[in-house]
Amino acid sequence: MKKIMFALFAAVTLQAGAQSNVMPAGPQKGLMIIKNATIHVGNGKVIQNGTIKVQDGKITEVGENLPTPADDVKVIDAKGKHVYPGLILPTSSLGLVEISAVRASNDTREIGELNPSVRSIVAYNADSKVINTLRSNGILLANVIPQGELLSGSSSVVQLDAWNWEDAAYNMDGGMNIFMPSLLARPARGRFGAGGPNAGGAPSDPVKEGLEKIERLKAFFREAKAYNAEAAHTETNLKFEALKPLFAKKQRLYVHANTAKQMLVALDFVKEFGVDMTIVGGSESWQIADLLKQNNVSVILSQMHSLPTGEDDDVDQPYKSAAALQKAGVVFAISDDDSQTRGRNLAFNAGTAAAYGLTKEEALQAITLNAAQVLGVADKTGSIEVGKDANIIISDGDILDMRTQNVTDAYIQGRKIDLNDKQKMLNNRYLEKYNLKKPF
Amino acid sequence: MRKPGLLARLAVLASLVSGPVVLPAQVTFPENGIANPRHGHYAFTNATIVKDAGSTISNGTLVIRDGRITAVGANLAAPAGAVVIDCKGKYLYPSFIDIYADYGTAAPQRAPGGGGFGGPAQLATTTKGPFGWNQAMKSDVDAYKVFAVDDAKAKPLRDAGFGTVLSHVKDGIARGTGTVVTLANERENMVIVRDRATAHFSFSKGTSTQSYPSSMMGTIALLRQSYLDAQWYKGNPPLEGFNATLKAINDNASLPQVFEAGDLWNDLRADRIGDEFGFQYIIKGGGNEYQRVKEIKATNASYIISLNYPQAQDVEDPNDARFVSLKDMKHWELAPTNPAAMEKAGVPFALTTADLRTVSLFWANLRKAMEYGLTENKALDALTRTPATLMGVYDKVGSLEPGKLANFLITNGPIFGEKTSILENYVQGTPYTVKEDMGTVTGTYAVTVNGVKGAEKYTLDVKTGSSASLVGTDTLNTRFSYDGKNVKLGFAANTRRQRPGADNAAPAGSRPGGFNRGTESAALPPNAVLLSGISNGKEWNGTGIDSSGNSITWTAVLTSSREPQADTTRRKEAPVLGRVTFPFEPFGWEESQKPQQETILIKNATVWTNEKDGILQNTDVLLKGGKITGVGKNLSAAGARVIDGTGKHVTAGIIDEHSHIAAASINEGGQSVTSEVRISDNLNPEDINIYRQLSGGVTTSHILHGSANVIGGQTQLIKLRWGANDDDLKFKGWTGQIKFALGENVKRSSSTQGNNRYPDSRMGVEQVLVDAFTRAKDYQKEWKVYNDTKNKKGLTAPRRDLELDALVEILENKRYITCHSYVQSEIMGSIEVANRMGYKYNTFTHILEGYKVADKMLEHGANASTFSDWWAYKMEVEDAIPYNAAIMQHVGLNVAINSDDAEMARRLNQEAAKIVKYGGVTEEEALKMVTLNPAKMLHVDDKVGSVKVGKDADVVLWSDNPLSIYAKSLYTIVDGTVYFDREKDAELQKQVDIERNRLVRKLNGEKRSGAPMVPAQPTYYLMHTCSDHGHSHGLLVTEDTGDFETND
Repeated sequence: MKKIMFALFAAVTLQAGAQSNVMPAGPQKGLMIIKNATIHVGNGKVIQNGTIKVQDGKITEVGENLPTPADDVKVIDAKGKHVYPGLILPTSSLGLVEISAVRASNDTREIGELNPSVRSIVAYNADSKVINTLRSNGILLANVIPQGELLSGSSSVVQLDAWNWEDAAYNMDGGMNIFMPSLLARPARGRFGAGGPNAGGAPSDPVKEGLEKIERLKAFFREAKAYNAEAAHTETNLKFEALKPLFAKKQRLYVHANTAKQMLVALDFVKEFGVDMTIVGGSESWQIADLLKQNNVSVILSQMHSLPTGEDDDVDQPYKSAAALQKAGVVFAISDDDSQTRGRNLAFNAGTAAAYGLTKEEALQAITLNAAQVLGVADKTGSIEVGKDANIIISDGDILDMRTQNVTDAYIQGRKIDLNDKQKMLNNRYLEKYNLKKPF
Repeated sequence: MRKPGLLARLAVLASLVSGPVVLPAQVTFPENGIANPRHGHYAFTNATIVKDAGSTISNGTLVIRDGRITAVGANLAAPAGAVVIDCKGKYLYPSFIDIYADYGTAAPQRAPGGGGFGGPAQLATTTKGPFGWNQAMKSDVDAYKVFAVDDAKAKPLRDAGFGTVLSHVKDGIARGTGTVVTLANERENMVIVRDRATAHFSFSKGTSTQSYPSSMMGTIALLRQSYLDAQWYKGNPPLEGFNATLKAINDNASLPQVFEAGDLWNDLRADRIGDEFGFQYIIKGGGNEYQRVKEIKATNASYIISLNYPQAQDVEDPNDARFVSLKDMKHWELAPTNPAAMEKAGVPFALTTADLRTVSLFWANLRKAMEYGLTENKALDALTRTPATLMGVYDKVGSLEPGKLANFLITNGPIFGEKTSILENYVQGTPYTVKEDMGTVTGTYAVTVNGVKGAEKYTLDVKTGSSASLVGTDTLNTRFSYDGKNVKLGFAANTRRQRPGADNAAPAGSRPGGFNRGTESAALPPNAVLLSGISNGKEWNGTGIDSSGNSITWTAVLTSSREPQADTTRRKEAPVLGRVTFPFEPFGWEESQKPQQETILIKNATVWTNEKDGILQNTDVLLKGGKITGVGKNLSAAGARVIDGTGKHVTAGIIDEHSHIAAASINEGGQSVTSEVRISDNLNPEDINIYRQLSGGVTTSHILHGSANVIGGQTQLIKLRWGANDDDLKFKGWTGQIKFALGENVKRSSSTQGNNRYPDSRMGVEQVLVDAFTRAKDYQKEWKVYNDTKNKKGLTAPRRDLELDALVEILENKRYITCHSYVQSEIMGSIEVANRMGYKYNTFTHILEGYKVADKMLEHGANASTFSDWWAYKMEVEDAIPYNAAIMQHVGLNVAINSDDAEMARRLNQEAAKIVKYGGVTEEEALKMVTLNPAKMLHVDDKVGSVKVGKDADVVLWSDNPLSIYAKSLYTIVDGTVYFDREKDAELQKQVDIERNRLVRKLNGEKRSGAPMVPAQPTYYLMHTCSDHGHSHGLLVTEDTGDFETND
């Protein structure tokens, strides 16, 4: 602890306001043991007085009160603490945007409707100052999604302790993303009172336009599929080629959709192209949970902390959506796409779902194992189970509740990561200024 | 053609035994030809004359001459020289008056494109001429100068029964004067009844392209300032020059003042402006007045009510129905009750065709209003006497009395009868035919056809102008048409046996075609006998060809008339309707369910007092008479509602220092200094987010102006009294505040096309502040000198300036500032200006770099209201840290956590909890950041903010530790009234679902019955907030971006 304090103050002296001194950790070697912990496995199970053994970055043993070898092992005593799998933020623009309102710092979207060959990973800034603030709240992995008008490109899962994007890549180009057209009639843009300015011209029918757009997309998919079935091409089409992994089931299809109609339309892609699909957004998914289950479609609820869709809805409807999906047996993850806090409140989104119908372990699963599953990385992470990467966090209390969450340690692939961030450094700088010596 | 349908009119008049009438020639106009002075002297006898809604004359006579009524009475003898028209069986009514018609003056349309969000500001007027500074103030416009007779528009109005209308140019906030005109198709000179009859206003700036005002409250401020300026202009201030706009406001002041409000809450807003300046507006309502009749009645205004109702939406597809709100469906159902509700409440009103998609809907919609309870007398009054009186022309129109214009209707029955038709609409003594009078045509005729074989006799039974059957030896296949003068008759022997009564059924295989009456369906075989003739009243004569093509002649003589059938249509049963709720929103209360103030005893709870006692275990809290009357062990109160608080927590209600809910507009972005605008002018008590926030334990919200400008508008503190009206939402007995803003938003950093409004940098922001307060101090001094002068003779009062009034209030410590601010330079810069100019910042809000200058803020004596963990959404929050609140708290500042967001506001307890996590304040201190601390910075901590005897009974009972994410409000109580009850909420939700279901079925029933439907329109919620930090508000939210910049 003293060491950490020293490191903090050194940082303050050297580089206040930045985080240049927060270094990615080197590989974990040898055996590391976390003991006396309350282990929340991530799959719904809880182990009291639990022990976790980690060897060269992988979890090798998990159980209740496992014996600790006497030889030179690093032992972390987590008595009274709670141990969780590293949290996974399943939707984000992390590393693509630094300051939302500053255009120059924004790399979230490309021009055009059909951009399957666009890859978020190549623009991922592993030095973004947002990253470390997420780690401070236990988020160790994130899915970085390119936004767009329709077919926006491939998303990648990154781990949040890396020198550059190649180091960060955890599941490169694991997802292809479609942003569904709205399919909702929009009101005429009138301002207060009558006689506000209107766009003029013929009234448009967004539902019809949206469906036409989707038909164009399906035609594109059909041609791409046929193209990819060809052995050789006289002419190369980069866009068609970019869809090859999707048809080969090496990639998942993420369809960003909220209304029932949008999601029902999205089912076409499952039926016709046989892809693995996840709905992202899904604010109305509770209405068609059974159909999603039947079609084996998973859901990422991108924001718990939202107002209900309509005025007539239950005032707590968004909070209750997760429980409805759980009840129907739909595989779902919870995300936090709030652009003012950029994902750091992920655990509290899950906590809200726990307050409104999920058990705490189910809520945890939605930001760990289920998230890993919908991101195609469940073989490597998402739970504290043998064979998986040692992506582990330790908190003083219940991580789902802001009243008790306090992440003291975090490990990515067994590497103990530095939980310092720019904001903590600024905090310490001004505690110094005001002579508030003891960090509170 | 000067007189439409001349032939038709001739024919009808013939049947009424009369002749054409013309207006007298205009004397100053030269005549090209021989003078033809005529006086249109007519006497209409034997009529039932309804002089007005209150008096009817049987067997009456109406005499007209020179376009005016000269006599009216029972059994009057027709004067010599008058043409007599026998109106036996007919009814005479004063023709209708439309006080808000769309006639004679076109409303200019705003040019498409240009301006809009992110575009450059237009700070000055582009209107050429000696007018006022704001383009939307068009008080100088006189409708009579631009009025033009337009018979294409007059005809449908006349056909509906109207004879007189008010015409004005519907453009702008001030619209100048309206002119009363008749619907006669004459030269403009002859139809204007009163040139400058009324003065007009609205809340819409129409074609004005000027940036200001960009909001409802800016519009109200502009009107208020204009009235003050007009008053001041009477003193001929030399520096103002000639100002035609202000002059016109004064010139028009004595006329009836008409205000197009367009919504019930706008009605109240308009009426308050009138109250302030001594005008009683006649208010053009929005058709939803029935939702708050009590408040509408209290305005004492007369109303102009449209018969326009929302169209039925096609909600057969549940995916469409899902997005149509209950309130829209309810309004569809209840809108036709509006006139009846006004009548029942005793609110005077005139009816108008304005806003109808087409004037031809008038009668159907009027009948619907009557079906829904509007009485016949009231309807007639609302179409005649009331509008005439409101316009000040009841001496000329509105009833049938000598001296008034000869504007009257001839009908074939009581005017509101289902089967009654208006036959003639006389305007200024000139008849305009509405419908041929078939009553004198129908009956049995003896027809004689003089063919080559000699005369053949038939009997013709005429049922209507297009239906008749001819009987010879057998019933013949007959086609008939009669237009008042021309008669056509065709017949052939039946080739097939017909069903009795199916007179006009076409024989199989017959060729379509025939006469020119499109309503006919029958076709005749090629060898039919075809006759054509002219009606000479009861006798017809004509020619024709027989089945072989020989020319023939024919005659017909009426042998017996068909008596007009009595109107036997039974009044429809009153429809089954939903109930009005307060507010008219889901989760609103019906009158009988309204939550009441109660005596409530919460037993055995953990009580977070926010006082010296700290957190008390196993403690009771007693609420009585709207106050907290007891905090302690083993309390009891007779008759109290006892709530078991075991295992639960009681806190003071949450207070949100920074909110933008419950208002019609938030940002007046048209100028950099808009201290004249007031949120209180446009509160919206029908915001569903009031209820949603109650569910999160919020009881008091500070509604702030946005941050579009350096000196924004005056704020309003409200209590979340769900169901109250706008005025009752207000927190009584607080000292007003005003919003200031610094940094990115006020320099319009996010505008897409650059910025042309001063300031464009933080340097300029400082200058705007210095300038504003320098002007305010000069103004303060000017008034002081004036007020201190004992002998004011020869002195002119300084101009009242609402913008500077508010700044002087700040200088005199009568108004507090809450200032949107982020970075350390601007915080210190503004403090420096304040110290220099002698004012103080009460609160820095947002203040995300407050931790950097907490010592400076403390020295200044400011409070801090911030977010827990927001950052990185824009450049000026790059250094925002979640430890901010804790550092400021430790330095000694009074710190609050606010929402600035309709969603986060209902989780403010959790936001407070984050300050424990980030910075380690105690839980007790954290809770104070959303209760007592904001109460202190709002200077209402003597009333709210802690659980203390004597304070308002604003408390929340939580299911868990209030800082926990698992805590839910079980009861949210304001003034001892339970406004949110989690169990009751579930019941209300059920009611919402049942009511939705009922209305969806009703709409589907409409569709099945063939009623016209429009596609389902998703109900969007207009969110007034932040364009600089988008939040997840759901699918059906549109953000109010302003004409201009809109920021939090």
